[in-house]
Amino acid sequence: MPLTDSLRNDILAAVPSLRAFAISLSGNADRADDLVQETLLRALANIDSFQPGSNLPAWLFTILRNLFRSDYRKRRREVEDAEGNYAKTLKTQPSQNAHLEFEEFRTALDKLPQDQREALILVGASGFSYEDAASICGCAVGTIKSRVNRARSKLAALLYVDGAEDFGPDETIRAVIGGSGG
Amino acid sequence: MKDLKSQASKSTTPGKGGLTPEIQSRIGHQLRAMYDDVVRQGVPDRFAELIKKLDAPGATPQVENGGGSNDNNNGRD
Repeated sequence: MPLTDSLRNDILAAVPSLRAFAISLSGNADRADDLVQETLLRALANIDSFQPGSNLPAWLFTILRNLFRSDYRKRRREVEDAEGNYAKTLKTQPSQNAHLEFEEFRTALDKLPQDQREALILVGASGFSYEDAASICGCAVGTIKSRVNRARSKLAALLYVDGAEDFGPDETIRAVIGGSGG
Repeated sequence: MKDLKSQASKSTTPGKGGLTPEIQSRIGHQLRAMYDDVVRQGVPDRFAELIKKLDAPGATPQVENGGGSNDNNNGRD
């Protein structure tokens, strides 16, 4: 469809979550913004192929995800950059404890296989349905569900089992983990 | 009775993949907190301008590398 004002506004409205998705995928704020820019250019160049009435955010996420994938094959993620750059993107500095917890979470997320990470983010953070996430990732709905489940299990193992002792005063979680054997 | 029992056990025993509802909700909360931190930053100028530049029919966006904001400065000095 042609680039109408309303379509342009809808694209603009999707930018904040495109950035969040790009940062979650790449772990690097600068690279994420380059990805978003490429995504927008590609979307605008191919706007004729967008079906009116279909899910615009899903369409844009698909473009971004594919760009990230093809880019990923060329260069490995710059893991050592991830935390510092990501922290720079935050407007407000979280409190010390929250910040530590946040860093731990970010580190654990980076340890997930890419398939699982993107599935978890799309469903758990971007708020896409399993069906939309499956179409964005080009796989079956069941595949997305199992990736999300595996991602959650792995995060739980990384965050709340090994480090249960120093995690915090959450008695429920500690009791459950401690009592899982008996 | 049966339903009540299964609901009660659901909330205290690990579900699929050994996850309790508490841990699931904790992960969900962290994930959204991380994501929403970025979402709340809104639309950076560079993207707003990029999309605005397409207002004029036939206009082509100017690709800037590295996020510089030197508009229309692609000529030589």
